[in-house]
Amino acid sequence: MDVITGTVTRTVDARGQSCPGPLVTLAKALKDAARGDLLELLATDPGSRSDVPSWATISGNHLLEAGELEDGTFRYVIRKA
Amino acid sequence: MSHVTDEPTDELTQLLDQAAPTDDGLNKENKITIIAWGGDLDRIWPTLILSTTAAASGMEASVFFTFWGLFTLVKPGVRITGDNWMQKMLSVMNPGNPSKAKLSRYHFAGAGPGMMKKLARDYKTPLPSELLEMARDMGVRLIPCQMTMDLLGLKREDLIDGLEEPIGAATALLEMKTAAIQLFI
Repeated sequence: MDVITGTVTRTVDARGQSCPGPLVTLAKALKDAARGDLLELLATDPGSRSDVPSWATISGNHLLEAGELEDGTFRYVIRKA
Repeated sequence: MSHVTDEPTDELTQLLDQAAPTDDGLNKENKITIIAWGGDLDRIWPTLILSTTAAASGMEASVFFTFWGLFTLVKPGVRITGDNWMQKMLSVMNPGNPSKAKLSRYHFAGAGPGMMKKLARDYKTPLPSELLEMARDMGVRLIPCQMTMDLLGLKREDLIDGLEEPIGAATALLEMKTAAIQLFI
C-alpha cells in the first residue's frame, strides 16, 4: 500500500449513487478544497473502479489510492492538483 | 558521409517543422462539444451523462441543441408552443423536456420510458430531468439552435433558464472545431 503523506481533509460519501453521480459529487467537493488537499471518496458504484482513475487522468488530479473496504465499499484517496 | 548522432540534424528539424500541423489559431482545447439532434430519451440520456462527466473532470463541455433535441430544453409545464398550426402540432408530437421524452425503440406507447425511469430509480441512476439540472449546475454550456427555435416556433420564454444565447451553424462549427471531442447524438 502507498504511504500517504498528509491526512484526509474530507470524506466524500457517494455511496448509493450511480454514474455519473460519484464523480459529480467528488467534483463539487473538490471545488471547496485547496490545492494539495487529500479527499477520500466512498462509492458503491462498480463502474467507479474504472471511472475514478479515468477521471483523475482527464482532470489532472492525483489518485493516490484505490481499494475496497470490508463491506464492499470502494474507497479512493485523491489529491487535488 | 553522415554519421548517427542523438542530436537531430538541421534537415531533420526542418522536415519535422514541415510535418507539424499549421497553427490556424484554432487549436483543440480540453473540451467536448455534443450536437444534441435527437430528442429521444435514449439519446438525451447519454448526451447529458457525457457532458456532465466531462465538466466534472475539469473539461469544458458544451451541448448544441438542434432539431428534435431542442425540445429537451422546453420548460416543464409548457405544452403547446408555436404561432401556427404546424408548429403547434409539432409541439404536441414532441412534448419536450426530458421527463416527457420518448424512447427510440421499445416505447410501447409510453410504457417503455416508464420502465426505464423505474429501472433508473431502482439502480440509483439519475433521471434525464435530474441530469439536465446536474449539467447546468456543473457548468455545462447549454446552447439552443436559433434556426430550430425559429422553425419550430420555440421562444426564449418557452425554454428553461440558464441557457446560453442561441447560436447559428457557424458558431456551432466553431464550437466543434475548437473541441478535442465532437459528437453528434
